[in-house]
Amino acid sequence: MNPLDFRDPVRANELASALARDVAAIGRAPVSIMHVCGSHEQAIARFGLRASLPRDLNVIMGPGCPVCITDMPEIDEGIALALHGVRVATYGDMLRVPGSAGSLADARAAGARIDTVYSVSQAVDLARETKEEVVFFATGFETTAVATAAVILGTPPPNFSVLSAHKYIPPVMEIVAEMPGSRVEGFLAAGHAASITGWGIFEPFVKRHRIPVVVGGFEPLDILAALVRLVEMIRDGEPGVANMFPRCVTREGNRNALEQLWRVFRPIGGRWRGIAHIPNGNLRLRDEFAWVDARKRFTIDVASLWQQAPSSLVRQCICGNIMSGIASPADCPLFGRECTPESPVGACMVSSEGTCKIWHQYGGVLDLRGTTNDVCPRCVTRDNERGVA
Amino acid sequence: MKTGVLADDRIMLRHGAGGRAMRRLIEESFCRAFAMEPELPAGVIGLSAMDDGAAVRIGDEWLVLTTDSHVIHPVFFPGGDIGRLSISGTVNDLAMMGATEVLGLTCSVIIEEGFPAADLERILASMHQACEEAHARVITGDTKVMGKGEIDGIVINTTGIGLTSTLIRDCGLTAGDRLIVTGTLGDHGMAIMATRHGLALEGPLLSDVAPINGLIHKVLSDYAESVTAMKDPTRGGLASALHEMAAKGNVGIIIDEAALPVRPAVRAVSELVGVDPMLVANEGKAVIGVRQGATDAVLAALRSHPLGKDAAIIGLCTADRPGMLVLDTGFGRRLLAEPEGEPLPRIC
Repeated sequence: MNPLDFRDPVRANELASALARDVAAIGRAPVSIMHVCGSHEQAIARFGLRASLPRDLNVIMGPGCPVCITDMPEIDEGIALALHGVRVATYGDMLRVPGSAGSLADARAAGARIDTVYSVSQAVDLARETKEEVVFFATGFETTAVATAAVILGTPPPNFSVLSAHKYIPPVMEIVAEMPGSRVEGFLAAGHAASITGWGIFEPFVKRHRIPVVVGGFEPLDILAALVRLVEMIRDGEPGVANMFPRCVTREGNRNALEQLWRVFRPIGGRWRGIAHIPNGNLRLRDEFAWVDARKRFTIDVASLWQQAPSSLVRQCICGNIMSGIASPADCPLFGRECTPESPVGACMVSSEGTCKIWHQYGGVLDLRGTTNDVCPRCVTRDNERGVA
Repeated sequence: MKTGVLADDRIMLRHGAGGRAMRRLIEESFCRAFAMEPELPAGVIGLSAMDDGAAVRIGDEWLVLTTDSHVIHPVFFPGGDIGRLSISGTVNDLAMMGATEVLGLTCSVIIEEGFPAADLERILASMHQACEEAHARVITGDTKVMGKGEIDGIVINTTGIGLTSTLIRDCGLTAGDRLIVTGTLGDHGMAIMATRHGLALEGPLLSDVAPINGLIHKVLSDYAESVTAMKDPTRGGLASALHEMAAKGNVGIIIDEAALPVRPAVRAVSELVGVDPMLVANEGKAVIGVRQGATDAVLAALRSHPLGKDAAIIGLCTADRPGMLVLDTGFGRRLLAEPEGEPLPRIC
């Protein structure tokens, strides 16, 4: 199928009508569906999909931004290493995320060596080019953790090590599902993560919580079709796992990648910023990989960073509630005022995967539901060719 | 907490990028500095109007005056150069206010010591060519040379004057008006971005830099009564131009994304660098507000001119949500934010 077929407005309209019908049939409001992926939010916001959803359907972004949920003490570890004279390589999004006392960018301004890389292999290249110690500050969900695992298994140079802040998504879905105040009735799972883990991984969750999970892709039609499937299962009271991204996702997932992931990493409990302690939510290197584990290789003194109290603006930041799906950027008094991408207060406004940054980029918080039929530019442009051949 | 432009101690690049930061700098610093008592007499449209130029009523006509300084890196780019840009920019600003016949241009050049004389000759020849296309001529000028490193290459300022009996403003949109763009969007900005970042592409990606007073004349000569507002979407792109027009006209604007004319090569760079074609500069285009009944006629007039063959109706004005731009994506709707500063490509 041509990828552009997933951008067919006529079929999108049909799916939106089906959603409206099925949500109405559920007969209570609102119905809340959570997704846990910055790429889903990007697509939803970019295409203005929320304006086409029925009023009684809320699609909220949960903890889907790996940069945003990296906890302050983890950022502090990276800063402490960098200030200690180690070269720290990390993704650009990480630079401005606030730690307990400043960010990696602040540390860099103070003279620390921090390199921005686009991938873990670029960090390895960096280590090969130098004799200095290079630490890759690794963030991201299982999708990026498999790349880190592959690099570790590929015998990186001896001056290379990893500070893992990798996170694992399935456990946080359990926490969010049980969170007081959360009324999540269905999860839209990220297609690219599921291409690794397989959709079968969600079956125990569905059994335990009786909340449906649908794996979805990232084109407008992928997302709408996945939402329709979720709403059908909610309507029928028959929760299950559905794969609406079969062109990429199988039940078993990528066995090789998974095997490598679990050979290198073990899940342990840890705090996700602003959300909660998540049992099995953090991925740490197994003991046999201590030689490449920055936490084993260096003494990381973070306590010395914990002198400063966070500023009053940071205390007003509701990133935690936004990432838990309890609040939206529309509820934040700082959004678009004190907190902008140029001068972010919270992590959600820093990362391109963060809810606030995405909402800001695509026009802000105004709810445009119900406006799609009030005037129709398409009628205006009826005889107007679509673009230029 | 300090607010406004002076919250920054220094002028930053975004203060010149055509977006919100620049508008605030002009409003809060320049407009304030040049404000005088008594206020402007009737028949003078001045700085506070923040239009493409100024206008002074003389008898039955308006004398339109505009000025623009041109800096661009690189000086020679695919589809044009700083010389062609300096003539087109000023001619187009005059045209946007209705003055499609240029009475005269000035040319003031500041050159860095060591600048190749051959490059200067090439730039001047290009200015000559653009003047011929615009039926305009340079009638006075000034030249300065500064020491090596004191200025980057060459800066060209041009000022233009023209007369018109129908003054068009950028504040005249009313609910129900249709919006027409005169051609493809984003060509200049994406060509410059691709050049700066060394993106090798298949297919030509050229700046659209051109004087369009002839094209605008074609519309105004028959449909001046039906044109409610006009603006050239230069720095900040279509998004900035429409934000300004919506705010000044106190209307909402709905844009049909699928109707936006964008060349495939521009679309390709846009996807690659992650910058929307609506946010980057055009140097040979206008966005025109037209009364509903005249839309098709104006569109036909534009399309009969070589510079207007890709003209398209892209949206309409509403009384709802004044000052806001709603983008209809075909899948839903969202607001189109006013760009703050220069859009940065993902790669650099």
